[in-house]
Amino acid sequence: MHKEAAIREPLILGHKTYHDITEDVCRPIEDKAPRMWYILFGIALIIGLYGVGCILYLLGTGIGVWGLNKTIGWAWDITNFVWWVGIGHAGTLISAVLLLFRQKWRMAINRSAEAMTIFAVFMAGTFPMIHMGRIWMAYWTMPLPNHFGSLWVNFNSPLLWDVFAISTYLSVGLIFWYIGLIPDFATIRDRAKRPVPKKMYTLLAFGWSGRAKHWNRFELVSLVLAGLATPLVFSVHSIVSFDFATSVIPGWHTTIFPPYFVAGAVFSGFAMVQTLMLVMRKAMRLEAYIHTRHVEYMNIVIMVTGSIVGVAYLTELFVSWYSGVEYEQYAFINRATGPYWWAYWSMMTCNVISPQLMWIRKLRRSLLFTFVISIVVNIGMWFERYVIIVTSIHRDYLPAAWSMHFPSHIDLGVYIGTIGLFFVFFLLFARFFPVLALNEVKTILKSSGESYKNAPDHGHGHHANDAHSHDAHEDNSNSNIQ
Amino acid sequence: MEFKVSNKANRLTLILMIVGVLFTAIGIISNIGEHNLVQRIMANGLINGFFFFAIGLGALFFLALQYATETGWYASVKRVIEGVAGFLPYGMGLLGTVLLVITFLDGAHIYLWMDKAYTTVGNHHYDEIIDHKSAYLSPMFFWIRTAVYFTVYMLFWRGFRNRSLEEDKVGGTEIHFKNYKKAAVFLVFFAVFSSSSSWDWIMSIDVHWFSTLFGWYTFAGMWCSTMTVLVLLTLYLKKQGYLPKVNENHIHDLGKWTFAISFLWSYLWFSQFMLIWYANIGEEVVYYMTRIDHFKVMYFGMFLINFVFPMILLMSRDAKRHAGVLTFVGVIIIIGHWFDVYIMISAGSMGEQARLGFLEIGMALLVAGFFIRTILNNLTKAPLTPVNHPFLDESIHHEV
Repeated sequence: MHKEAAIREPLILGHKTYHDITEDVCRPIEDKAPRMWYILFGIALIIGLYGVGCILYLLGTGIGVWGLNKTIGWAWDITNFVWWVGIGHAGTLISAVLLLFRQKWRMAINRSAEAMTIFAVFMAGTFPMIHMGRIWMAYWTMPLPNHFGSLWVNFNSPLLWDVFAISTYLSVGLIFWYIGLIPDFATIRDRAKRPVPKKMYTLLAFGWSGRAKHWNRFELVSLVLAGLATPLVFSVHSIVSFDFATSVIPGWHTTIFPPYFVAGAVFSGFAMVQTLMLVMRKAMRLEAYIHTRHVEYMNIVIMVTGSIVGVAYLTELFVSWYSGVEYEQYAFINRATGPYWWAYWSMMTCNVISPQLMWIRKLRRSLLFTFVISIVVNIGMWFERYVIIVTSIHRDYLPAAWSMHFPSHIDLGVYIGTIGLFFVFFLLFARFFPVLALNEVKTILKSSGESYKNAPDHGHGHHANDAHSHDAHEDNSNSNIQ
Repeated sequence: MEFKVSNKANRLTLILMIVGVLFTAIGIISNIGEHNLVQRIMANGLINGFFFFAIGLGALFFLALQYATETGWYASVKRVIEGVAGFLPYGMGLLGTVLLVITFLDGAHIYLWMDKAYTTVGNHHYDEIIDHKSAYLSPMFFWIRTAVYFTVYMLFWRGFRNRSLEEDKVGGTEIHFKNYKKAAVFLVFFAVFSSSSSWDWIMSIDVHWFSTLFGWYTFAGMWCSTMTVLVLLTLYLKKQGYLPKVNENHIHDLGKWTFAISFLWSYLWFSQFMLIWYANIGEEVVYYMTRIDHFKVMYFGMFLINFVFPMILLMSRDAKRHAGVLTFVGVIIIIGHWFDVYIMISAGSMGEQARLGFLEIGMALLVAGFFIRTILNNLTKAPLTPVNHPFLDESIHHEV
C-alpha cells in the first residue's frame, strides 16, 4: 500500500464508499437525461449541422468560398486545425504523462479529457481534409501503390508527416481511452436492467470479468500504452510546428517552434478540460471527485505551460532582434504594430498575462475565475495560431502583393460548426459513457479519500472497515494502477 | 547516518587531480610556441568550468522542481541532490574565474565581440552584425548579467540549504511550504536565466549565429548530465553501505529521469538540427557546417551515444533497477554530454584548430577530480537522510 503524507489534500471529498463511487458515476447514465442535456444537445446539433452545411457547400463549390487570396493561401482552416490539435493534447498528457508521474488526481479527469482529445482530433482532421477540395481523394495522402501513374506521396513534406503523426496519435489515444473504459463498461453492464442497454454494454465490455488476470493485463497494457503515448504527446505538435518551421518564411522558421508548440498545446488543452470539467462536475454532481484541488492542479499546469509559451514569445522577439536579419525583425514588428496588432495583443494578453494571475492562490482556487480564464486562454491560443500563420505571410517580400485576410461567412460557419460537432460528441459521451474512470478512482479511495486518509489508526479507522464490509463482495477492483 | 569520505575515495580523487595537472602540464609544454595555446587553455577552461558548473546548477534546478511539485519519493535522496547542488558555489568560482581571464586576457579569441575592433566603424575588422549586437554583447552588460545570474543562484541555493538543515532540527510543515513558494519563484528566474546565460556564455561564441531553441537545448543537456551524476552518486553511496532507506525503487525513478531527459535532449537536438538543415539558410547552417566539416565523427557520434545508449539500454524496467547497467550507461552518457559541451565551445572558438590531446583530457580530469572531491566533502556536512521532511514516510515506503 502506498503511503500518502498527511499534508496532501484529499482527492475524494466526504465519506464515500466503493459503492458510492459506482452509484455516483453510473446513475447519470442509467437515469433519464435531464432537460438541460436535451437543450444543450439541441443547440450543439443545430450549430454542428450548420457547419456540415457549410462544408457541403464548400465541397460543392470549391475552396474559393473561403477568404483566401493569392498572398494568403493558408489562413483560417490551418489556424483551426492547429487549434483543435492543440486542444487534443491534454487528454494524452493527463492519461500518459501524468500516469508515469504517478499523479493520482489525474484519475478524476482522465476519462473525459481523453474523450475530449479524441473529439478534438476529429475536428482537427476535418480541416485538412476539406482543404483538399476533393475530399474523396483523401486516401491519396497514404503511400498506396496506385494505377494512376507514378503518383507517390511526398515524404519530404511535413504535411505528410502530419498525416502519419496525427493518425498514430488518434489510434493510440483511441485505444488507450477504450481500454480504460472496458472495466467501467463492465460495471455498467452488470448493473443494467433493460435489455437493450444490457446488450449494448455487454458488447462494449469485451467480456471483462474482473479476474485478477484481467486486471494484471489491464495494468500492463496501460503502462505500455502510456510509454507509447508519451512520445506522441511531443511528436504530434512538434510535427505540426514543422509545417511552419521547415519553411524559410520569417516568423515561421524558428527552431524553438517544436517544444514551444507542445507547451502551447498542453496549455490550451488543459484550458478546454477546465471549461468542460467545471460544467460537468456540477451537472453530473461529481463535486466530491473533481474539486478545488483538482482545479488548482490544472490551473498550475496552465500557469506553467503559459509561462513556457511566454518565455518562448520573448525568446523569439529577442532573437529576431539579435539575429540582425531585417526580415525576421520586420515579421515581429509587423505582428505587434502592423494591421494585425489587435490579434497580436489579444494573444499576448490572453496567453501571457492572464495565466500569471494564477500565482494568486485565491484566484487559482476560484471556480468562477478559472472558468473565465479557461475560455480566455483558448481564445488566446486561437489568436496565437492566427497571428503566427496570417501575419507572417500577409506581407511578403513583394510589397505589391501585400494583402489582408478576411474570413468569409463560410470560414466562420465551418469553424463554429466544428465547435458544435465537438459538443455533440462530448454530450453523447457524457450521456452514455462513464465520465469518470470509476474503477481507477476506487484504487485511490483508501489512500486519498477524505474520510480514510487521515482517519485514526493509520487509515484503518471504522470508516474504512465500514466500506469494506459493504462492498467487498460487489467490487473486485482493488487494483493498483501504479 | 553521517557520511565519511573513505580514504580510497580521497586517494582516487587526488590521483585524478594529479593526473589532470600532469596531463595539462604535458599538454602545455608540448604545445609551447603554438600560436593558439592560450586560446586553447581558455576554451578548455570554459568547457570544464561550464560543464561542471551546469551540473551543480542542474541539481539546484532539480531540487527546486521537487519542492515546487511537492514530490514525495525523492525525500530520501534529497541530501544527494543537495550534495551535487553544493558544487554550485565552486562551479561559479571556476566559471567566473575563466570568464574573467577571458575578458581581461584575450577575450576576442573566445568571444569575438569582446574585441572593440569589430564594433568600431572604420576599422578594417568592422563587422556590421557584431556592431548591431553590441547593445547586448558588450563586456560590461555581459558581466552585469553574469553577476546577476550568480547572485540569484547563490541566494536561492543558500536559502534552500539552510532551510533543509533547519528542517532537520525543527520539523513541522512551515519550512516545507516556504520551500514550495521559494522553489516556484526560483523556477521563474531559472526559466529566463538558463536561456539567456546560455546565449551569453556559449551561443555568443558563434557570434553571427542564432537559434531560438539554443537555450532549451543547453538546459536539457545540463539536466541530463545532472541526472546521470545523481544516479552514479546514489549508486556509489549505496555500494558503500550508506542510504539504507534508498532501494531499487528510488534508483528506478532516478533511472527513469535519466532515460526521459536523454529523450528530451535528443528531441531538442533533433529539432534544432533538422529545422536548420531542412530550411538550409546560409546564416544558420554555417553552425552545423563547422561541426560537420571539422568534428563529423565526434559530433554525430556524440548524438548517437547520448540518444541510443539510454534508449536501448535503459528501456526495460529491470535495467533501471540494475546498478551495473545504470553505471555503464551513466558513465558513457556523461562523457557524451561532456563532448557536447566540448564541441559547442571548441567549434565556435577554435574551429578546425581544435584538438583533443593531453591538455583537453588533463583539464577535464583535473576539474572532474575537484568536482567529485567537493561533492563527497559536501555530503559529510549533513546527515545523508533528512530527518523531518514531510514526505519522508512516502519516500521510505516508495514502491514502483
